Amino acid sequence: MKTKITIPQEEIDKEYKKLFDEAESGGYHLNPDVEFTKALVEGLLVNTKRYGYPACPCRLATGEKDKDLDIICPCDYRDPDLNDYGTCYCGLYVSLDVVQGKKKISSIPERRKKTMEEKRDVSTFNLEGLKYPVWRCKVCGYLCARDNPPEVCPVCKAKKERFERFI
Amino acid sequence: MKDFEKVEGKKKNKEVVLYALSTCIWCRKTKKLLEELEVEYKYIDMDLVDDEEKYLAEIKKWNPDCSYPTMVIDNKKCIVGFQEEEIKKEFA
Repeated sequence: MKTKITIPQEEIDKEYKKLFDEAESGGYHLNPDVEFTKALVEGLLVNTKRYGYPACPCRLATGEKDKDLDIICPCDYRDPDLNDYGTCYCGLYVSLDVVQGKKKISSIPERRKKTMEEKRDVSTFNLEGLKYPVWRCKVCGYLCARDNPPEVCPVCKAKKERFERFI
Repeated sequence: MKDFEKVEGKKKNKEVVLYALSTCIWCRKTKKLLEELEVEYKYIDMDLVDDEEKYLAEIKKWNPDCSYPTMVIDNKKCIVGFQEEEIKKEFA
């Protein structure tokens, strides 16, 4: 039985502050519409309680972490959506243009299914001559050449499980 | 949690079914807009449903991405996302 979860306001405010500081220090921006953004932060906290991880509040999670990895916030689609629409899918993160009021955001198309169908096949790459495989952080694009991906992305702090073999 | 919730409204000439998520801000905006437009509709919060498989096939029929909100009007038209102008026009 799934029930509606409520989050105390101070918990939402605290998480909002944390996400705001993390975003700004990493060159990202939270949506300046604070009421809107706090509603999304509440959704993230509800999902953390419900699933054990902060799945995107605007997508239906399965509850199986392996299947939901790409939609754990920040999702794999944030950067391309910021680039194309000035906002991520749910509207938590926006581009500088939006923060400065030069651009308005709206509900954007879902790229998840299309992106998953287009998954790159690394087996076709010529790996000869490469001393190490190259790993890519699916959240921020950080690349590193080493035997295994790092425990935590040194740039955006995403966990090891968010890395993919790139080359 | 029962499945569909009905929201009363003065405009009852179209059958409106909204597939939504309780945590999604765009879904909330869509519900609010329908209420402002006084449209009678029913909705389901898919993240609170015990057996979502029961509904996913129907949603997929209208919106292969299964994204939310998905609004089905009179079982013949579908609006995906919070499309404010399109929704206002539909119920003008």
